[in-house]
Amino acid sequence: MARIGVFICWCGENIGRTVDCPKVAAEAGGFPGVVHAVDYKYMCSDPGQGMIKDAIKEKKLTGVVVAACSPRMHEPTFRRACAEAGLNPFLCEMANIREHCSWVHEEKGDATAKAVQLVRVMVEKVKRNEALFPIKVPVTKRALVIGGGIAGIQAALDIANGGQKVVLVEKEPSIGGHMAQLSETFPTLDCSQCILTPRMVEVAAHPNITLHTYAEVESVSGFIGNFDVKIRLKARSVDIKKCTGCGLCAQKCPQKKIPSEFDEGLGMRTAIYTPFAQAVPNKPVIDRAHCTKFLTGKCGVCQKVCPVGAVDYAQEDTFVEEKIGAIVVATGYRLYDFRNGEKDYGIEGYGEYGYGQYKDVIDGLQFERLASASGPTGGAILRPSDGKAPETVVFIKCVGSRDCAKGLSYCSKICCMYIAKHAMLYKHKVHHGTAYVFYMDIRAGGKNYDEFVRRAIEEDGAVYIRGRVSRIYTRGDKLIVAGADTLLGGAAGGRVEIEADMVVLATAMRPQYGIEALAQKLSIGYDEYGFLTEAHPKLRPVETNTAGIFLAGACQGVKDIPEAVGQASGAAAKVLGLFSSDQLEREPIVARVNQSQCVGCFYCEQVCPYHAIEREEKRDKAGNLIARVAKVNAGLCQGCGACVATCRSNSIDLDGFSEEQVFSEIGGLR
Amino acid sequence: METTTAEFEPKIIAFLCNWCTYAGADLAGTSRLKYPANIRAIRLTCTGRIEPMFLLKAFQEGADAVLVSGCHPGDCHYTSGNYHARRRWTVFRKLLEFSGIDPRRVLFSWVSAAEGRKWSELVAEITAQVRALGPFTSFERIVKA
Repeated sequence: MARIGVFICWCGENIGRTVDCPKVAAEAGGFPGVVHAVDYKYMCSDPGQGMIKDAIKEKKLTGVVVAACSPRMHEPTFRRACAEAGLNPFLCEMANIREHCSWVHEEKGDATAKAVQLVRVMVEKVKRNEALFPIKVPVTKRALVIGGGIAGIQAALDIANGGQKVVLVEKEPSIGGHMAQLSETFPTLDCSQCILTPRMVEVAAHPNITLHTYAEVESVSGFIGNFDVKIRLKARSVDIKKCTGCGLCAQKCPQKKIPSEFDEGLGMRTAIYTPFAQAVPNKPVIDRAHCTKFLTGKCGVCQKVCPVGAVDYAQEDTFVEEKIGAIVVATGYRLYDFRNGEKDYGIEGYGEYGYGQYKDVIDGLQFERLASASGPTGGAILRPSDGKAPETVVFIKCVGSRDCAKGLSYCSKICCMYIAKHAMLYKHKVHHGTAYVFYMDIRAGGKNYDEFVRRAIEEDGAVYIRGRVSRIYTRGDKLIVAGADTLLGGAAGGRVEIEADMVVLATAMRPQYGIEALAQKLSIGYDEYGFLTEAHPKLRPVETNTAGIFLAGACQGVKDIPEAVGQASGAAAKVLGLFSSDQLEREPIVARVNQSQCVGCFYCEQVCPYHAIEREEKRDKAGNLIARVAKVNAGLCQGCGACVATCRSNSIDLDGFSEEQVFSEIGGLR
Repeated sequence: METTTAEFEPKIIAFLCNWCTYAGADLAGTSRLKYPANIRAIRLTCTGRIEPMFLLKAFQEGADAVLVSGCHPGDCHYTSGNYHARRRWTVFRKLLEFSGIDPRRVLFSWVSAAEGRKWSELVAEITAQVRALGPFTSFERIVKA
């Protein structure tokens, strides 16, 4: 027999003014199953909670209804009080007679009548409540970091230095990401490689970090604390254990005319190559698409010259499987492809800037390689077409960004700063040259950022022109940049034409190719541009909606280096927090399958956003398959109940919001 | 038993998701926005949890209208529950209509946790609408028959 206690709170005057609390208590005392009903000024106060605890013990209550504020406010308080008195906390429910009643209704008779009904609803529900117990999930203390750019490196190092194991997966042959390509970094102009490469070395040497380069995440299953991750190690054609990184193979490789990805096509590399001199690991891979041996069967020079016999043409992709407790996604960005356009995303190329047919129209990363001491020109700013130092360089901002009509509506954020830096570096190297910058706005919000832009203008003499460029065309060996200066009036309407030797386009920052497929593997969301979605834009910026998966860096949205590093450290802190205990505790509001009734239609599987429905085979004693039925993985289930409403054989129920409970609640409104 | 619509006070049962509309109704309360006392809310995890049977049960228990309200499209706490709910109601309303139940008695809306005012206005509006429709008696006739 149910023995329910009802506790009506006055909340001082908040409820008591419009709801006749003694009357509600008197009515509730007459409801079937209610053995105790009282009202009190402040139920959440110590004496109020004491009344509940005493009643649980003295009246041997099997359930408690507290009629007070919203359960979103004080449900944990009252459930804790019940637990302290020895009653399972999930046998306590709240009737919301403040936010949903006394505060929104004026007439005392109506409000009191409604409060009585709301209490009856919860009495009917709590009679059907069952004791529930927090779900305990074991935690595998090993993190996976996807992406070895600066964000991934920072997250991996922070987790590893916190004493936990990390598996770092990078798809390129070396870690380092875009930061390794940069010349100098704003706003301090310190050399990018000088600050990055020590961290790359630290990653490789760290006893807590397992590094897989030239590798990709193949599949992910499981849930927070218990992911199973399969990693594809792409065939390097080089035995990484034997290879000493001497570099003889690349020196002797006859195929030397392959545009280098690292140098953004401005330099050449061989078919067997390490992307750059400071690569980590400093072990080459063979680019099979360009290798003569793989294309024609003839050659084999690298194998002949390798002193340790590390070159292995027969090598195949292999797989490693790792048990993982938490995942940090740090796949970074790429630049918008202004040459070819991105028709798949509905973005045309920039025809007015020549669709990339002019060799001397380059993008920001290409300029970085020109300015870098390790770049194809050794750090000299030279035109790609004829190798001459450009006398006039035009920088154009917002190419693809902030362009609702034919580009992307968002601001790529880093361009204002790097273009100021480019103009500065150019002036430092070509003293007599002129740098023009076409801009829409200057967005330099950041520590020492505005000062930096001002330095480019005031000290280094970059000429900033507020306006857009409408067209670039050639005249002789010059690029004619035609645009508008919107700060100039007059008869010409502000039209300007600049005879330039080189043009640098600040193209939009985009998430990496393949981000959608990765997001689907991980069951995490992404926005219309492919940037991964955080759990809350302000208060949970490093978490995703899938528990145990975190975000770091530009995969989540455009970011500069300090922001990416900050978010990476934030993600690492979340991972370390998760790994601080051996078990996770979760609220036991999860779905449950009545397997004897399940018909195995698996509609539930289709509506579950968390992949929490598993298929279980039922066999008889002889081992014959009798049925395939659904099973809920309580670790993955978040308790939304979509499966319950979808189940056509009524075989799934949701603990805490069961069929019986909800129908009884509706019945309470008779 | 005939009641004139002037003095008729309808009973409206609302099924609300915990994360958006229930919280929006809480906000209406903390903002002290007044609305008619005809509505009774039942809190559920998600609109995706709500079954057509809940609505029929509500009518059976004498509701003059039912309201289902959850997160705006794209805002579901559980990613997609509100989409499942929307599809379900599109079909279910047709079935109700076919069965002779006035679809104006089955209401659907999106109210976010920030839309306390929208909630109070919605309740006032639908209470007036249902009051004009008059009491829902056809279900009683079916139950008795």
